[in-house]
Amino acid sequence: MSDERITKTISGMDSVNSTVLGADEIILNMGPQHPSTHGVLRVKLKLDGERVAGSECIIGYLHRGVEKIAEHRSYQQFAPYVDRMDYVAAVSNGLGYCEAVEKLLGTEAPPRARVVRTILTELQRIASHLLWLGTHALDIGALTPVFYCFREREEILKIFEKYCGARLTTHAFRIGGLQYETYDGFEEDTKRFCNDFAHKIDEYETLLTENRIWVGRTKGVGILNAADAIALGVTGPVLRASGVKWDLRKAQPYAAYDQYEFDIPTRETGDTYDRYVVRMEEMRQSRRICLQAVENIPTGPIMARIGKVLKPPPGEVYHSIEAPKGELGYYIVSDGTTQPYRVRVRPPSFINLQAFDKMAKGSLIADVVAIIGTIDIVLGEVDR
Amino acid sequence: MQRLKARFGAAIREASLDRKQAIVLIAVEKLREISHYCRDEEKFDMLTDLTAVDWPKREKRFDVVLNLYSFAKNERLRLKAHAGETEPAPSVCEIWASANWMERECYDMFGIVFDGHPDLKRILLPDEWQGHPLRKDYDILKQDTDWVRENLGIESGQ
Repeated sequence: MSDERITKTISGMDSVNSTVLGADEIILNMGPQHPSTHGVLRVKLKLDGERVAGSECIIGYLHRGVEKIAEHRSYQQFAPYVDRMDYVAAVSNGLGYCEAVEKLLGTEAPPRARVVRTILTELQRIASHLLWLGTHALDIGALTPVFYCFREREEILKIFEKYCGARLTTHAFRIGGLQYETYDGFEEDTKRFCNDFAHKIDEYETLLTENRIWVGRTKGVGILNAADAIALGVTGPVLRASGVKWDLRKAQPYAAYDQYEFDIPTRETGDTYDRYVVRMEEMRQSRRICLQAVENIPTGPIMARIGKVLKPPPGEVYHSIEAPKGELGYYIVSDGTTQPYRVRVRPPSFINLQAFDKMAKGSLIADVVAIIGTIDIVLGEVDR
Repeated sequence: MQRLKARFGAAIREASLDRKQAIVLIAVEKLREISHYCRDEEKFDMLTDLTAVDWPKREKRFDVVLNLYSFAKNERLRLKAHAGETEPAPSVCEIWASANWMERECYDMFGIVFDGHPDLKRILLPDEWQGHPLRKDYDILKQDTDWVRENLGIESGQ
């Protein structure tokens, strides 16, 4: 067979392991305008029949130069920009940034602000996972869950809207705490949502968990083992599905997470099904955190005394949080002026996407769609 | 940090704490060797982040910054090395696979060349783009006008 192979060079394919294609191999381009790439991701696939022999992700279509913009804005002015990175989890982005700047300033938000932040961030995690579940199931061919997921997500967005006026890019937090007090009925709304949500998750599970088509399309697909996951810097649910019990909320607690009881769900195999199970369980845990937190919101100020002009002393800080997609880190360098000297965002989607090649190799072309969905990327964050 | 100093001596230029976070400034030519040691002996098994900072007035203008994390110790360590505009920095792709895209991003944004990288090319910007936007001397309104005109068919992206 091998001596019969016609070899030829395809321009622009240097990165897919080799420039040489076997006689049975073809290059297939997927995206950037493809419904299952969740934005503008382009994937070049090297195919051997139906099997993926190699792949290359081409990104950057949504690059807006967020890190450059940061150097030209004051610390407070930059805060709304971070919402536009992972735009389905804007609250989490804001929390990471505000806490990083607070650390740089050597201050901390007051207890009440920290608890409210925790509640909103956990609601955001549920909203982000719901969006993931709906679209992921849609990609694989289950049409129903997306309607259910958006129904519940809507309730969360309503809480955000009532709290700060925005649904998607919320800018919910300020450096030093919160700008707004919680509205009348915030606790009741959150409680009502959490109580209803318990059996809503069961509802999704009856649609998918033991569904033979779902299991067939996800079990054993896109396997990533723990060693590879760590080497590739993968974090979040993807890492936990590979069997590493690691969550920044427990490992290096921030906001008010040290006060609440919750579990870190893990699985063993690290396939698409496991990642589904982990995220489902995470939603239950988030609900648990919300219920505990909302029972006991401390009274007191919501803003630390930090003044209107922020001039952090020269130096640098790295702060990261467990965003819905993984470790979201901010590395900020201050030169003592009102504008950051350098802001580096460590985006979980970008780094998790790097594992795509490893997961996709050897799988069927139809599974590529499942693998892109299971990493849970948001291109706004990949490209920044 | 003490162990790093004892082991590598003069290659460790400076070791300090900033806001309780450990930062070690190392000689750039020893970057790979020290990274190996950090991963294997000190159990910093994950490279969380790799980035750069531009200080144009300095003789070697770039800081290459590596944020390491150890699962075993639940600790972070930041390695820093000074790199010049023309001399390449050693790549750590072989040590942590996650460095691949992050080094490409550094090359894209700062123009730092990583020696030993398997496929160093732009990642976020188009391949033919001229200039490296995160350098301090690259103005925020600047763009590659020729590229924009040729590929987008418009006079300006602003």
